[in-house]
Amino acid sequence: MSQQSTTRTLRVNGEPQQVAFAVHHSLLEVLREELGLTGTKHGCELGECGTCTVLIDGKPVLSCLELAAECEGRSIETVEGMMQGNQLHPLQSCFADLGAAQCGYCTPGILLAAQALLAENDSPTRDQIVEALSGNLCRCTGYHKILEAIEWAAARLRGDDQYQPPNSAIYGDPVPGKQAKDV
Amino acid sequence: MLRLPAFTFHQPETIEEAVALLATDPAHTRVVAGGTDLFPNMKRRHQGAESVVSLRGIDALHGITESKDGSVIIGATTTLDAITRDEQIQQKYPSLVTAVASISSPVLRNAGTIGGNLCLDTRCTYYNQNEEWRRSIDYCMKEQGDICWVAPSSPRCWAVSSGDSVPMLCALGAEITLVSSEGERTLPLAELFRDDGIDYLSKRPDEILTTIRIPSPSGARTGFWKLRRRGSIDFGVLSVAVSGWCNGNTTDRIEIWLGSVGSTPVRCTASIAALIGKPLDDETIAAAAALARKSAGANPLGNTDFVPQWRGKMIEKYVEAVLREVAGLPRQRMVPRHGSEKWPS
Repeated sequence: MSQQSTTRTLRVNGEPQQVAFAVHHSLLEVLREELGLTGTKHGCELGECGTCTVLIDGKPVLSCLELAAECEGRSIETVEGMMQGNQLHPLQSCFADLGAAQCGYCTPGILLAAQALLAENDSPTRDQIVEALSGNLCRCTGYHKILEAIEWAAARLRGDDQYQPPNSAIYGDPVPGKQAKDV
Repeated sequence: MLRLPAFTFHQPETIEEAVALLATDPAHTRVVAGGTDLFPNMKRRHQGAESVVSLRGIDALHGITESKDGSVIIGATTTLDAITRDEQIQQKYPSLVTAVASISSPVLRNAGTIGGNLCLDTRCTYYNQNEEWRRSIDYCMKEQGDICWVAPSSPRCWAVSSGDSVPMLCALGAEITLVSSEGERTLPLAELFRDDGIDYLSKRPDEILTTIRIPSPSGARTGFWKLRRRGSIDFGVLSVAVSGWCNGNTTDRIEIWLGSVGSTPVRCTASIAALIGKPLDDETIAAAAALARKSAGANPLGNTDFVPQWRGKMIEKYVEAVLREVAGLPRQRMVPRHGSEKWPS
């Protein structure tokens, strides 16, 4: 079957760009292959893993299941748009400082899902963070550091400079098998 | 990359345009709204289409409105996330919010729609696999092959209907409207489904599901529980929806529906008959729950997660638990469940 192609204007990270692509291509394919924005990862591509999460009109959705042709006129944000100039987004720096990224493949999706959560709720509880991230799989970290990094970033975004992540988050649990105490 | 097969793509802005596009070649055209069911299926080459019609640009299909008689009308392309956030729905049909909020994961609920959840393709371990996997078993009856691998001597396909909003909307007595180029028809939601894994909808290919009307709850007490392996992403292997109307101590009317136990949502007719005119207490609930397991169509087979025998047992436990919740009785035993509420204490 011959391919139907189209040219659309997509607004990615605030910048309108005219892109030509085959009409059956997903937003993920267009972001990575036409626009060179490879920060958005491809994982299962079936809507199960969440690593291709981007924000469309502020909502986290899976770019692997979204046709690029349907994204015209909507605001698309990818992980590349999180930094302001040379300044990392607080989520990014907290992830880096706490080691919340290990292999890093799930990180772009998780950062964006967390950004959407924090835009809605500046002091989410642990359960609310877990719920918001429940569509994003991470196979390395065991999630604890991710949750701690998001709590820390939330505090920094609220302007709460007093907040310190628990020592166990930074140094690990001092005695394996025992309750970690903040010492 | 797992890519979609090539198709021509249409973005109509009105229902009339959409049904006209669909009428030209209904057998090779598919409609898409959120894309969370169709696109994975097309990527794995389960479902094919020469042309795809997107309903997303049709404003008339979005949104939630209340009509004068107290019923609520939901447009078919309203996202699942929008339904869980709608104050009217939260107030009138809290269990529908529980059911919809349990569907897949938050990122999918931001794209997936209620119409898509109702028309969700039936699922099976031998079908929801990639092309190479399916080719290695010479496919199955639902697609190209001749045999049902779950029940090899069976003349029919046993793929499972797993839309979680389906049993809840059936219990609430929802009606749907289907529109085609020949006109529109309204039917009870329960009549949308057929007990066949392949031909699972009574909707014709040239019809579009446009609205879902839920009658006023008028004092119904409702409950919804769902069983699955993880608290997110996974499809359910059992969902139980109850809506009951009680007059003082006795039950005037009650609807008990099961999802993900067969190719169609199952109404527990024997359990319902056993409860009408009786109070909802420990004994009547236990008796109704035992009958629920034997409901016609509730037939867990080895084509989803978990052992079928255990899933059969869980029908009884879950129906009992939901009925107890509806009756306001304390929980009796620990039953794994997922949802906004954590483990029962």
